[in-house]
Amino acid sequence: MKTKSKFLRSLAIFLLSSVAAFSVYADDVLLNVSFDPTRELYEDVNKHFIDSWKKKTGKGLTIQQSHGGSGKQARAVIDGLEADVVTLALAYDIDSIVNNSGAISKEWEKEFPHHSVPYYSTIVFLVRKGNPKAIKDWDDIVKPGIGVITPNPKTSGGARWNYLAAWGFAKKKYGTEAKATEFVKALYKNTSVLDTGARGSTTTFVQRGIGDVLLAWENEAELAISESKKANGGNSQLEVVYPSASILAETPVAVVEKVTAKKGTTELAKAYLNFLYTKEGQEIVAKHFFRPNDAAVLKANASKFPKINLFDVRSIEGSWAAAHKKHFADGGLFDSIYGEAKK
Amino acid sequence: MKLIFRPYSKTSFGLSLGLTIFYLSCFVIIPLSSLVFKSANLGWSGLLEVFSEDRIQKALILSFGAGGVAAIINLFVGFLFAWVLVRYDFPGKRILDSLVDLPFTLPTAVAGIALTTIYSPKGWIGQFFEPLGIKIAYTPAGIVIALVFIGFPFVVRTVQPILEELPKELEESAFCLGASRFQTFTKVILPELIPSLLTGTSMAFARGIGEYGSVVFISGNLPGKTEILPLLIVTKLEQYEYAKATGIALLMLVLSFTIMLAINFFQNRASRRLG
Repeated sequence: MKTKSKFLRSLAIFLLSSVAAFSVYADDVLLNVSFDPTRELYEDVNKHFIDSWKKKTGKGLTIQQSHGGSGKQARAVIDGLEADVVTLALAYDIDSIVNNSGAISKEWEKEFPHHSVPYYSTIVFLVRKGNPKAIKDWDDIVKPGIGVITPNPKTSGGARWNYLAAWGFAKKKYGTEAKATEFVKALYKNTSVLDTGARGSTTTFVQRGIGDVLLAWENEAELAISESKKANGGNSQLEVVYPSASILAETPVAVVEKVTAKKGTTELAKAYLNFLYTKEGQEIVAKHFFRPNDAAVLKANASKFPKINLFDVRSIEGSWAAAHKKHFADGGLFDSIYGEAKK
Repeated sequence: MKLIFRPYSKTSFGLSLGLTIFYLSCFVIIPLSSLVFKSANLGWSGLLEVFSEDRIQKALILSFGAGGVAAIINLFVGFLFAWVLVRYDFPGKRILDSLVDLPFTLPTAVAGIALTTIYSPKGWIGQFFEPLGIKIAYTPAGIVIALVFIGFPFVVRTVQPILEELPKELEESAFCLGASRFQTFTKVILPELIPSLLTGTSMAFARGIGEYGSVVFISGNLPGKTEILPLLIVTKLEQYEYAKATGIALLMLVLSFTIMLAINFFQNRASRRLG
């Protein structure tokens, strides 16, 4: 008797779980391949989008997230990771997917508003409490004796923004490329650690206590401050300093059409990315310290995002491809900086 | 065809060899030969250009240099460990014995983060060296420490069994024939151990050259100063320079293989001399 009921019970469990498994399978599944600092942002976005999708179509939806260094993520997509959408740290990485695999349309920048950039960020300084070295602007961090922490532009998307922010500032202020080159040389002379990614640099600065200033994404800096507050009972051991000018760090999105066409998720993927542009989406973006493109939402969150002079890559180097070739490719300016800085 | 069960015979040699080669092909030969094919895209001039890059040469010297220093440290420390574990009994010996394997099982990134925390200028150990002007983390010294950590079980685990099975009579007869303790050690025990010491050290060395996970955290990754070869491969990949990345990989493969062959050769000679 007992064994029979046990058998029936396990049969019921088996049937139920297979039904459950089937219903999960029947849902649409979307894979969003993104970069490191957006982990918390997309957890939030996905929750809201799934709800609105269910309301609109009555269909369930599962969204999977993949995070890592932006370049590494792009390479995974090139090598066949079946991403429906990519939301990466720089346009150059999406261009690389276009050029190396053709999985994304060449016209991707025109698919969505603002060059397919639903939100953006910038590069700010994170300094220790009380700003002991009185760091106010870019000129202060290239002075001898200041310890600067930034990741390696060869391996990190964020680090390329850091580099271009410094370069752009110097080029605009001093006018010539020679002066700008000298400026970034002085900057990298002040670094003693080049981590492979933005998170690693944050750890080096915050946990290991190395350096006087960390060049960081705005949202990464805010995250580090709120972590510090949590750890020290509401008193942050860190401060954000907004330089007089910084770079407009555009973080673009695109639909991987080759994959979505095969899976039949093209409409869904488009709806997902368009959701980022809606009022609801933009508010979530602002909540996670990325700057929203919607003027009204940005205004409503003005206290979070102090006004800062922003210049974009197009205005200093023309395009990402040109910037990459000149600065970061093998034999580029960054290599020559280290070739000379170490002597 | 009749299958006859003959214990310990070579009946199924063909099948076993076939399976062995099949597995070896799937997991070693084909993946490694793809390295050769991918870097062939560069051509000889391209390869030479990669190898003559200043950064790569510096990284090469660093990777092999730090790996070599760490292997030599491991040779002595590992031997001492094996000696203590085999020759003495003390409380907690079992725990110590299993602790030796920890670097094998631990994800290397964990080791890297832990070592960096301790040896950084604000860390437990690093803070005592900082006032003396000695920097450990973010210098080649830090790299050596990471490589010692991940390499040292190799020496212990290759020497330990040989030491255990060394017949007692050898030392007793040496003693009876009037040898001093030092003579017994250098003339009787050490020659027996040299092949396994060589194997262990070379394995620690080989592991050290290719180590990535633990080193990237503690090295500081400054080009030309503390940048290791595996990081350069990652750097090239990050720029979609697939051919260059595999070119460096090929260089490492050839160098490691040559070193392993040489060590094998010496080891064979050493064991033959023992007879």
